[in-house]
Amino acid sequence: MLGTILLLALRSIRRHLLRSFLTILGIVIGVGAVVAMTTLGQATTSAVQQQIAALGTNVLQVRPGQGFGRGGGGPRPPDFDPSDVTAIAQQIAGVTAVAPQAQATATAIYEGANWSTTINGTTSAYFTVQPWTLSEGRIFTPREESAGKAVCIIGSTVKTNLFRGGSAVGQRFRIGNVSCDIIGVLSTKGQAGFGGDQDDVVIMPIKAVQRRFTGNTDVRLMLVGVDQAYSTAQVQASISDLLRERRHTAGRDDDFNIFDTKQISDTLTGTTTLLTRIVAAVAGISLVVGGIGIMNIMLVSVTERTREIGIRLAIGAVANEVLLQFLVEAIVLSCIGGLIGLLLAQLVIAVATPLMQVPWTFDPQINMVAFLISALIGVVFGYFPARRAASLNPIDALRHE
Amino acid sequence: MRVADEPLIQLRGIRKVYGEGPTAFQALKGVDLDIRRGDFVAVMGPSGSGKSTTMNILGCLDVPSAGTFLFRGHHIETLNRDQRALLRRRYLGFVFQGFNLLARTSALENVELPLLYRGDEKKARRDAAMAALDKVGLAEWWDHTPGELSGGQQQRVAIARAIVTSPDVLLADEPTGNLDSERSVEIMQLLTGLNRDSGITVLMVTHEPDMAAFAHTIVHFKDGLVDRIEQSQGLARGEPA
Repeated sequence: MLGTILLLALRSIRRHLLRSFLTILGIVIGVGAVVAMTTLGQATTSAVQQQIAALGTNVLQVRPGQGFGRGGGGPRPPDFDPSDVTAIAQQIAGVTAVAPQAQATATAIYEGANWSTTINGTTSAYFTVQPWTLSEGRIFTPREESAGKAVCIIGSTVKTNLFRGGSAVGQRFRIGNVSCDIIGVLSTKGQAGFGGDQDDVVIMPIKAVQRRFTGNTDVRLMLVGVDQAYSTAQVQASISDLLRERRHTAGRDDDFNIFDTKQISDTLTGTTTLLTRIVAAVAGISLVVGGIGIMNIMLVSVTERTREIGIRLAIGAVANEVLLQFLVEAIVLSCIGGLIGLLLAQLVIAVATPLMQVPWTFDPQINMVAFLISALIGVVFGYFPARRAASLNPIDALRHE
Repeated sequence: MRVADEPLIQLRGIRKVYGEGPTAFQALKGVDLDIRRGDFVAVMGPSGSGKSTTMNILGCLDVPSAGTFLFRGHHIETLNRDQRALLRRRYLGFVFQGFNLLARTSALENVELPLLYRGDEKKARRDAAMAALDKVGLAEWWDHTPGELSGGQQQRVAIARAIVTSPDVLLADEPTGNLDSERSVEIMQLLTGLNRDSGITVLMVTHEPDMAAFAHTIVHFKDGLVDRIEQSQGLARGEPA
């Protein structure tokens, strides 16, 4: 019997194509909006998480100054001393490694090609506190590190621009005034949300950078790896205490700051998740409005088709069959609307992800739930009109003009 | 024990009251009527005489306020709404003055509608509907919608829809009311032919004595009662005009 009812409903929808399309428009937009917004929101959240994971989890970034950047006026707080690095590494429990960083910018030249890039002077600890890996070659040996030898690990952007397709490891190129051996190439990390291209970098032993580029022994930034067993907050507090003592900042505001990447990650993830929910809720309202649209048209349709209902009853349809026909019509309409909405959402997502620089994702769960909700809307908003149709008196219905 | 000529339909003391209290209106005041299987009955009478109410009760669309209604020996007056719907589906066919076809729906789909509710298979449905359309002479027009058919043709499609389930009784409410006299005669010839060849019992309400003349039995209603019953040879027995 259900097959018959479905056939009747489909025939009825076919008879009123334009009206059926207008009926489902609300559902199309509602489902499309909910799915697109939720998916894009999730993609943003996971993009943020990925970017932060690239900084390493359980990593504390220690910088001079307050907050990001250098703050307002006043003299610039001094960078860290190499002895600060050893002090943190040796005196604070829970620290696995400390990677100091000194930075400079210079132009790299190889044969005819040249490329302006950032030089990052650090130690091999850099590769233990952060999840950075090499696609080829090796990291510095302790000897190269302590001697400040001019050896380089280059990012993939630098490699592409200097070496085109050719191999880089084993080559010698010039950076600034320094002739440098390439010992490794970093795996590609991609675009970062904040801080530009993470692959546009040349990594050298910190002593080499200090001696040949910055001309001092200052450490601009320290990356502190924290043992999983320790709380980052605790370690962060210990480092603060130690640095206050070493930098003699008692009685003044701290002239350094420590960022917990996990904390940033949690905050940003929380924010994007919240935003996703808010946007999805707004889109959800349009879904309800779409449902009311269906009910509206179905009620009009019942009135308009009173005579038709009379005919059906006269030729022997029982009340339940009429009820089911109208209910199935509403459900079929809202399901078709839901499907079109899903397609629309995929289109929006396909267009928006490259613009938003977030990865394309397809979450079957979101799509499934949105589709089921559209079917449910058909049931809920189709029931009332369907009951009205089924309760009509055949004689009155046949006389209806 | 069934007697061979027991009436197909037997109405006894049928009353129908609309409304309640002082404004109550007695549409039927005790109608007694027997209808034989295979008869062609015309129901006549002025407006308000109770003929439409009687037809509604005979068509199982309405229930009497009092009295008994036997159809094939079974009591109908006690059936509920859905039971009556199933009865209509199985034994009755309806033809209306206004044709009452589904708009924007092909003749074939209109005709197979009752079979859909009966749950017939697609093939059986198509074949039966085409056979019915063939009986009314519209087999070639099966894919036309009502809007593309003339009034006479639409009424033929409606008749095809009414007979597609091979019902015992065909109820026609002013079937020629919207047609010119030439089309009317054609429709009446079609109905008499079905009555004669398929043995289908026809109950027809009409205002027009010319149309009633096709029937074998003419029942005259007056003031909620059967006034008189005329038996005639009917034009059906003679040569088509």
